[in-house]
Amino acid sequence: MELDLKKLKLRSINETLQNLDRKKNERDFKIINPEGSHALCAGLTQDMNINIKGHVGYYCGGMNQKANITIEGNAGTGVAENMMSGKVHVKGNASQSAGATAHGGMLIIDGDASSRCGISMKGIDIVVKGSVGHMSGFMSQSGNLIVCGDAGEALGDSLYETNIYIKGKVKSLGADCVEKKMDKNHIKKLKKYLKEANIKNLKAENFKRYGSARKLYNFKIDNLSSY
Amino acid sequence: MCGIVGVYLKTKKFEKDLGKILSEMLNNMESRGPDSAGFALYKTENEKNYKYSICINKLNFDDFRKEIIKKVKKPTINQFSDHVILITSDEPKKVIKVINSEFTNISLVGYGRSIEIFKQVGNPKDVVKKFKLETFSGSHGIGHTRMATESAITTDGSHPYSTGEDECLVHNGSLSNHNNLRRELKKQGNIFNSENDTEVAAGYVSNSLSNNKSLKDTLISGLKDLDGFYTFITGTRKGFAVVRDEIACKPAVIAETDDYVSIASEFQAMAHLPSVNSAKIFEPEPGIVYSWGN
Repeated sequence: MELDLKKLKLRSINETLQNLDRKKNERDFKIINPEGSHALCAGLTQDMNINIKGHVGYYCGGMNQKANITIEGNAGTGVAENMMSGKVHVKGNASQSAGATAHGGMLIIDGDASSRCGISMKGIDIVVKGSVGHMSGFMSQSGNLIVCGDAGEALGDSLYETNIYIKGKVKSLGADCVEKKMDKNHIKKLKKYLKEANIKNLKAENFKRYGSARKLYNFKIDNLSSY
Repeated sequence: MCGIVGVYLKTKKFEKDLGKILSEMLNNMESRGPDSAGFALYKTENEKNYKYSICINKLNFDDFRKEIIKKVKKPTINQFSDHVILITSDEPKKVIKVINSEFTNISLVGYGRSIEIFKQVGNPKDVVKKFKLETFSGSHGIGHTRMATESAITTDGSHPYSTGEDECLVHNGSLSNHNNLRRELKKQGNIFNSENDTEVAAGYVSNSLSNNKSLKDTLISGLKDLDGFYTFITGTRKGFAVVRDEIACKPAVIAETDDYVSIASEFQAMAHLPSVNSAKIFEPEPGIVYSWGN
């Protein structure tokens, strides 16, 4: 089914997709003329394939469960924010806070993602084929952030247990973020993610892994005199 | 939150459509700034005369006309709702003095050889309509839709700010050191008409340009001197520049083709631009100055 944002209101398109009649077999949708609209395909809860032809605004695919959303263009702030499951694939670039706070599912960005990619992520797997901006992985809690290009300043600042894999250069690491050893298990997992994102020209062994030094986890008794 | 937009034409192809392009961009940024709007356009340079953009507020146009023709040399006066464009060969020093001393409750919003500025409180769609922005042509222009945060919803609190000849600036964000900077700039002889933080940024740019620094260098040093959150678009007679602070919380998207460069807070403001889908679309990186023209 084709949904045209020049003819239909954003709210009516979202309502159609959110309230899909499970008895009908309609599972493939094409959205045309998105023209940078915000919150397109937010709050979907069922299996379906959506192809968006063009650039989207903020929070596209936010809170997604199960749906498979492809954006043939750029995405604004907070694409796939708080996603629970399913897949969001951005064929262009993504703006700041891509995949923010997301609990699950997979976000693939073919281009670059700007600052704060994966901020506070809680279990999502994010693959960025280009580079990410500053403060990416800030306070990220679990899941995997994989970047085939470079990372900006303060990567992984104050992170918890997210695994960050970077192929290119890291401008600087944030507080408590350190480079960690890649063991066989990490390489195996990374290979799986690269395969899922259809990346064939890069070897998992050439990535570096970053994670938490876990020094900010507990109060240090040595600091008691400061209070 | 505010919405900012700007267009710089690299060729003459869309010069006649500049007003139309800008008005659609401003209309689409209503959601980011519903309380006031304004815009500045650069037209062909007028070598003999100066153009003064004046907001006459509630003053009757005929009363203004009667008075001003006595005070300035051979003026041409064009009315656009509660704004007038006064064209005269008289120097800014004299005209500014006339406006400030002979009239009450009117304000000069900008002047120069090429710039025309209009700004007013109200919904952007109404503001754009009342000044007939669609009918304007020009080489480049910038605009603003305001959601006031730190100063009152007044004409003086609206953007663009123009603090020098053919200069203007719009801002999305807030500055935290504007009071100190205003005091310093006042000491150096700069005049401010409001308590607004953005006016200080505009004054900072004017001050630096008057010390013969380029627009690009001015904005580079501004990264150090202006503390706060911002995406700025600044215009000069022949130039146009964009800069975001290093934290880059305030959004901006640039679309560039062979014919134009456009910038907006959100892509949706530019979705209607000619051949935008084949344009190079990117976000200006934090702390990097992007400029076109001189």
